[in-house]
Amino acid sequence: MIELYILLVLMIVGAIVAIELKDLLSAVISTGAVGLVLSIVFLIIKAPDLAITQIVVEMLCFIILLRAILKKDLPFSKTDSWLFNTFVAAGFIAMFLFVAVKAFKDLPEFGYPIMRVANIYLKEGLAKTGASNLVSSIILDFRAYDTLGEATILFTAVIGVLTIVRRIGRKKKDEIVEEDDE
Amino acid sequence: MSKEQEKGMSLIVKVITPFTVGLILLYGIYIVLHGHISPGGGFAGGVIIALSFVHLMLAYGKEVALKKLPRKTISFFESTGALLFLSIALIGFSGGYFFLNFISKGEKFRLFSAGIIPFCNIAISLKVGAGLFAIFIALVLLKFEWEKKE
Amino acid sequence: MIIYLLCLMLFCCGLYCILVKRNIIKIILGITIAEYAVNLFFILVAYRMEGRAPILSSEVEIVNMVDPLPQALVLTSIVIGLATTTMLVAIAMRIYEKYGTFDITKIKELKG
Repeated sequence: MIELYILLVLMIVGAIVAIELKDLLSAVISTGAVGLVLSIVFLIIKAPDLAITQIVVEMLCFIILLRAILKKDLPFSKTDSWLFNTFVAAGFIAMFLFVAVKAFKDLPEFGYPIMRVANIYLKEGLAKTGASNLVSSIILDFRAYDTLGEATILFTAVIGVLTIVRRIGRKKKDEIVEEDDE
Repeated sequence: MSKEQEKGMSLIVKVITPFTVGLILLYGIYIVLHGHISPGGGFAGGVIIALSFVHLMLAYGKEVALKKLPRKTISFFESTGALLFLSIALIGFSGGYFFLNFISKGEKFRLFSAGIIPFCNIAISLKVGAGLFAIFIALVLLKFEWEKKE
Repeated sequence: MIIYLLCLMLFCCGLYCILVKRNIIKIILGITIAEYAVNLFFILVAYRMEGRAPILSSEVEIVNMVDPLPQALVLTSIVIGLATTTMLVAIAMRIYEKYGTFDITKIKELKG
């Protein structure tokens, strides 16, 4: 299990690098590196479905973020009152860490989960659905409502993005409106 | 500079792209169809199919990509995917309950087993792939609009 | 237990970035990092020592597998995270078009 700890430390280092850099392009590339290491961690944790999904989703997210920041750089200037903001945020995070560490003591030990519902899925999954991939049988047969909800969320996101980038509505009433990105 | 960007990338990329686009699309379809036997499923396969069209668009510029897959076709595929998923669920309604697995299970570990799961995977992959490509087209077109105004 | 704390440190890095930074793109990167940390935490809870991946095979009989239920939930969560990130990027691009800057303090001052 030592490789798991090393990869997690690598992710934290990558996240700190992504936060502190002033150049936006390097920050986005660093976040892409964090996503790639996360996909490798998913492989080590024996979750191959998630590794495939994470790496392709992270690639698409990376491309979209790059398209947003091309040719715009970051003139950064700090003012004095921002120091107070940093201290308050650090204090809040310290309190959050303290409460979370107290709550983590109730979790079962790492590696020995309580699988009360999942044992039934593991035993009867193949007989009841006929699929060998048990994760597919869960998301499309035992818990198909959640997949329906997720399809609705994706549809709503697509409609939302297409509404935000529309050009109609910004012209006056008597101008001829031309749809150039319908 | 934006006119060069519209025309796409350099010559090496334009020569390689016809081979890799077909391979990526085929790989995405393979992951969708074998979703019930090996890891993958509808979501990962749909995103890979969207990525193949994004690859086509990045290499050649947006006119060529939009000629291959015009906007009406993208919205048609997305709506078809969502409606197909819903109709598979509602057909199960007539047998007993919502999402009843009504097709026979078949033998294990074969391609044509597991009831409605392969059809659901295909419907979801159509929806996810078309939706994500539509988002990408919309964001890229917005960017080029305001770059031309400057 | 230490591994849960490492995952929490990653989440706190993302949270710090959301609270303190002034550029909208940096805030979006912070949200992405916090999302990675939460998905990782779910899968870490579901790991079983000496477990195998939850896929059956025809030759070998597999006895102990990792928990497949959180993996099914996180699968949809990853794709939903992508959808919300793209919406944030679209809003950020519109804000740049209207105000000419990504700095959130300047956006409060210019009215209209």
